[in-house]
Amino acid sequence: MDLNLTPGEVAFRDEFRAWLEANVPKDWAEWREKPLEESFPYLRAWQRKLQEGGWAAVSWPKEYGGRGATLMQQAIFWEEMARLEAPPMANALGLGLIGPTIIAYGTDAQKKRFIPKILSAQEIWCQGFSEPNAGSDLAALQTEARRDNGYYVVNGQKVWTSYGWVGDWCELVVRTDPTVPKHKGLTVLLVDMKSPGVEVRPLRQMTGESEFNEIFFRDVRVAVENVLGKVNDGWNVAVSTLMHERGAYGARLIPIFKRNINRLIELSRKIQRHGQPAAQDPVLRQKLAQCYAEVEIMRLNQLRAFSRITATGAPGPEGSIQKLFWSELNQRLQQLAQEMLGPYGQLLASDPRAVDQGLWSYGYLRSRGNTIEAGTSEIQRNIIGHFVLGLPRSY
Amino acid sequence: MQFGLNESQEFLRDSARKFFAAECPIAEVRRLMETDTAFDADLWSKLSEQGYTGIIFPEEFGGVGLGIVELVLLMEEAGRALLPGPFFSTVVFAGSLLDSLATKEQRRKYLAPICRGEARSTVAFCEPQGSWDLADVHLTATNGKLNGEKLFVPDAAVADWILVAARNGVFLVDSKAPGIGIERMHGMDLTRRLYSVQFEGTPAEKLGEIAGLARPRAIATVALAAEMVGGMQRTLDITVEYAKTRKQFGKPIGMFQAVQHQCADMYLETESARSAVYYAAWALQHNAPDAAAAVSIAKLYLSDASRSVGNRGIQVHGGMGFTWESDLHLYYRRAKASETALGDATFHRERLARLTIDARAVSAEKA
Ligand SMILES: Cc1cc2nc3c(=O)[nH]c(=O)nc-3n(C[C@H](O)[C@H](O)[C@H](O)COP(=O)(O)OP(=O)(O)OC[C@H]3O[C@@H](n4cnc5c(N)ncnc54)[C@H](O)[C@@H]3O)c2cc1C
Repeated sequence: MDLNLTPGEVAFRDEFRAWLEANVPKDWAEWREKPLEESFPYLRAWQRKLQEGGWAAVSWPKEYGGRGATLMQQAIFWEEMARLEAPPMANALGLGLIGPTIIAYGTDAQKKRFIPKILSAQEIWCQGFSEPNAGSDLAALQTEARRDNGYYVVNGQKVWTSYGWVGDWCELVVRTDPTVPKHKGLTVLLVDMKSPGVEVRPLRQMTGESEFNEIFFRDVRVAVENVLGKVNDGWNVAVSTLMHERGAYGARLIPIFKRNINRLIELSRKIQRHGQPAAQDPVLRQKLAQCYAEVEIMRLNQLRAFSRITATGAPGPEGSIQKLFWSELNQRLQQLAQEMLGPYGQLLASDPRAVDQGLWSYGYLRSRGNTIEAGTSEIQRNIIGHFVLGLPRSY
Repeated sequence: MQFGLNESQEFLRDSARKFFAAECPIAEVRRLMETDTAFDADLWSKLSEQGYTGIIFPEEFGGVGLGIVELVLLMEEAGRALLPGPFFSTVVFAGSLLDSLATKEQRRKYLAPICRGEARSTVAFCEPQGSWDLADVHLTATNGKLNGEKLFVPDAAVADWILVAARNGVFLVDSKAPGIGIERMHGMDLTRRLYSVQFEGTPAEKLGEIAGLARPRAIATVALAAEMVGGMQRTLDITVEYAKTRKQFGKPIGMFQAVQHQCADMYLETESARSAVYYAAWALQHNAPDAAAAVSIAKLYLSDASRSVGNRGIQVHGGMGFTWESDLHLYYRRAKASETALGDATFHRERLARLTIDARAVSAEKA
């Protein structure tokens, strides 16, 4: 056990820090609260800049434009991004989930075709997994693809597709063989969202924005070259994407949660309660300390998981612990913010009296989605129960 | 950065696990808890043969010279076995206190016999308010004599020396000294006995200043938390095993999600607890700037989580979980005693609040 940064990690941090200090846009605060539709070109430009510096996908192997960064270096990367309040990257799903899946399962031609444009944010990717009748039970999905000479013809509907409105390409899971058990008849297709027959409709979320969409496919023709992995082996390809979603995503959130709890502590010194700063209220002190401790434990769990993955070479179902922990912790953190801010907590960004430009009212509503997206908390507990503890499957 | 165990740490953990399984099976725990003091001389000499009684102390006093991470691994295994008797009070608390506070002469006299397994000791801190706050220590030595009372002193009846926190220093008292009275307190945990200790003009030898208590106390807190992790792990293992084998409605109860999700939460809590403890141990060992915060984070989380794991484990066992025969309550009792010892969750949240909210320099950034 050695929790000091190695010389290699220090060098990585210093190099990125220097680059970031020189290149991070100074005007992000002005853009942050604008609707994503408006700020998206800005985020694309920022990703391109990162790519030019070689920093867009540090976890990817060098031959694909990454840096082959270790998991610890990735954690350092996100820490630095948060420390300097850098904007997020436009192609979040392409870089974090779908690119790595293409690198693992794609043909040389597919890698050559797709990877560079994921990196440069020229092509934005979305993840077409969930359907109206297949959410937690993803393998029950019904969108079908029938072979027609050199093409698959796709018919069906996807839902809750984040980035669907801006997506150029979609990692789409379809049923290619309805006659075999549900996990065995799935295939992953890489679909051009500009193909005839693709229709994207916005879905308004409880936060008021339209971050996700529904997508309809009517006789959409996808060339067989765009099958990712083997035909009818789509379940394994999709699970590889989900592992990325559950495993490493926490590392991106830790510095953000740290910033949020530190900001709450800062606010507690200014907000008055019973004639004294909230920071002196014994009940709030207890709650702030508890939350602070849990954010730190989330970080430590992540570091331990990274060390384990580095030692064993493969992320396991333990990623479910991280997902469960961060999603439920964020809900507690957001509730604590509401409790501390009192009536101000409800104010939206549009209200001039809103604290931190409405960050906390938005965060409170948005956090409800955390325990649903990327596999619900119930599903994560099923995974831990069955795959980690070896209890019999409940269904 | 590497947050896993290295080979020698894994070896230590595995051999401790084997040792406790062989020398301290649960039947032995049950036998000892029916005795007067829960202390067994045979078991003690075996612990010292393993080098455990000197694990973190310098070799010049007969110790093994290992670090706090290693101590924590040993304590985790001791907790899994529910090791009865004065190991925590003697080696972990009194031993660290002597090691960091006493003069070389005193260490040769008192620490060396502890390392060799020849002597036992304990620390007397709490007074009738039952507080773990240093500000609530009122006992004061005058002219080298103590007058007053200490409560909740673990294993005092089998200790050769009692180390006493007083306003004007930490003092060592011989347990056979004149004017000392040791009486059993009847606590929930039958495997670790608590005592009240009365002093009436009892001669006391000064070891050092009271401020010197901070580090040994931090070490004891982390080690106790580690012992709690071991208890949680054992409770989880027993419960998962039961959930796989106990059948109702024709199915193993572990198939029901209400049960399965309790087990998943027990796992989450146990793993999180372990992360917190390992980090605190490492931070203490290396004097990291956030070591004090890390210790409180570990103890506050453990204090709540070990109780929670116990609650869930008993619930999953149904009526069986409520019996004397089930081992769960033995762990549950220990967990409650450890929850309050050295400060409960509320105590450590307040301490963490002082370190993070009141201190302007939030240590998290550096962590
Ligand atoms: C903000 C957000 C963004 C998203 N982005 C995407 C995206 O980009 N791409 C995409 O494909 N999907 C996306 N999703 C969809 C998400 O993956 C699904 O919503 C999720 O998997 C749950 O599926 P469902 O909505 O159909 O709910 P259901 O599966 O119908 O679940 C309803 C309730 O039943 C419970 N339940 C279901 N099955 C079980 C079981 N076996 N045991 C116990 N309880 C069970 C669930 O936990 C839940 O509480 C997103 C969702 C959100 C909220």
